[in-house]
Amino acid sequence: MIPAAFDYEAPSTIDEAVRALAEADDEVKILAGGQSLLPVLRMRLAAPAKLIDLGRIGELRGVRSDGDMLVIGAMTSHYDVQRDPLLNEHAKLLVMATDTVADPQVRHRGTFGGSLAHADPAGDLLAPALALDAEMVIAGPRGRRTVPAAEFFVDYFTTAVGEDELLCEIRVPKYTGWHAHYEKFNRVAQAWSIVGVAAAVRTDGHMIAEARVGLTNMASVPVRARGVEQALVGQEATPEAIRAAAEHALDGTSPTTDGNADVAYREHLAKVLTSRAVSAAATS
Amino acid sequence: MRITVTVDGTRYTDDVEPRMLLVQYLREQLGKVGTVVGCDTSNCGACTVHVDGHSVKSCSMLAVQADGSEVTTVEGLSRDGRMHPVQEAFHDNHALQCGFCTPGMIMQSMDLLAEDADPDEQTVREGLEGNLCRCTGYQNIVRAVQDAAHRMRPGAGPDAERVADETAMSEQTRAEVRQS
Repeated sequence: MIPAAFDYEAPSTIDEAVRALAEADDEVKILAGGQSLLPVLRMRLAAPAKLIDLGRIGELRGVRSDGDMLVIGAMTSHYDVQRDPLLNEHAKLLVMATDTVADPQVRHRGTFGGSLAHADPAGDLLAPALALDAEMVIAGPRGRRTVPAAEFFVDYFTTAVGEDELLCEIRVPKYTGWHAHYEKFNRVAQAWSIVGVAAAVRTDGHMIAEARVGLTNMASVPVRARGVEQALVGQEATPEAIRAAAEHALDGTSPTTDGNADVAYREHLAKVLTSRAVSAAATS
Repeated sequence: MRITVTVDGTRYTDDVEPRMLLVQYLREQLGKVGTVVGCDTSNCGACTVHVDGHSVKSCSMLAVQADGSEVTTVEGLSRDGRMHPVQEAFHDNHALQCGFCTPGMIMQSMDLLAEDADPDEQTVREGLEGNLCRCTGYQNIVRAVQDAAHRMRPGAGPDAERVADETAMSEQTRAEVRQS
């Protein structure tokens, strides 16, 4: 199908984009990579009056190092995330989760910031961003503000980004030397996660010194599995200890039933996948 | 809105509606019907083309987003009346039944071979995960991609060289194309 008609603007700087947002009086949508938005427009599930395309804004692309943080431009494509040397060295969890997103064609167009701002609870990058304590830098008419991931995801498809604002970069602490794994459960290739678990651990010999665990699609927003993290710290990375820690995976979750899985099955998956993700990370 | 796009080596300048999808532009405005629409839900990959050297689903991109870009479709692969080695490998290995998924399969196969010149079976299958064959003819498709890799490896002969020439065609204006 063909989208309903809309006006289109492609600013070339963040400031221009913010101005364009402020000037738009009708319903406006920001176009990032378009891999979620365009299907929605084609199916006429949305018909915004105007699209503001961020694709021409060079300053929104790329990854750089800033002291003990990495700064990821919101319009950095999944493909570029997968191959970025800084992310591979200091935030492997984001790379591993990105590897599982959709398919190669979608990863060429889709963007890191676009996925986070779209905030689909089944999206694979939300839980890793939350687990790694990422910070979202949001630009708007009153300048820039920084929102921690824990406050960024508000509800289904809803974030802290206001109507006159846009997500411009994501700051992630460096997890140099940490081990990571993203365990995704879905039925067929390129499908959305039924449940996913993002795990990063720092080991000291056989001991787990620190752990970060986030869950995909176990609530309307990604869930930080702090109970699992606490149970892992100071333990030897044995299958028994990891399975015991994974029993805490349901803390703070509120999964729903849909065509893919009911609540009980999602809860079962959350524990099993947590165990697998942590084991894979700890032994990698 | 006015856009300028190079498609299969020819430069076009056109006024398009912002809502026009890239695949619509290719098929309806340029007549490049070799690129097909299979599913309308971004799943099937039949509409895969290359934009600036990377595979994309042209049903999930606006024509205006391609402004200034170089687009290659399945129609731009043959040279001097000879098929591209990937096309030849699909032909020789019977890598199609109804043929509807073939344009997208070939374009995505070229993308995956650019990433990995000698992929194993698993790599081919994962590289094609965004392309569906409703005839389920995957066995021969995978075989064809590996055969194409074999044909295109260094020293495989002049066919391999043509891959690098993909974007090296001369530019023509739309008017010149219409005259020809």
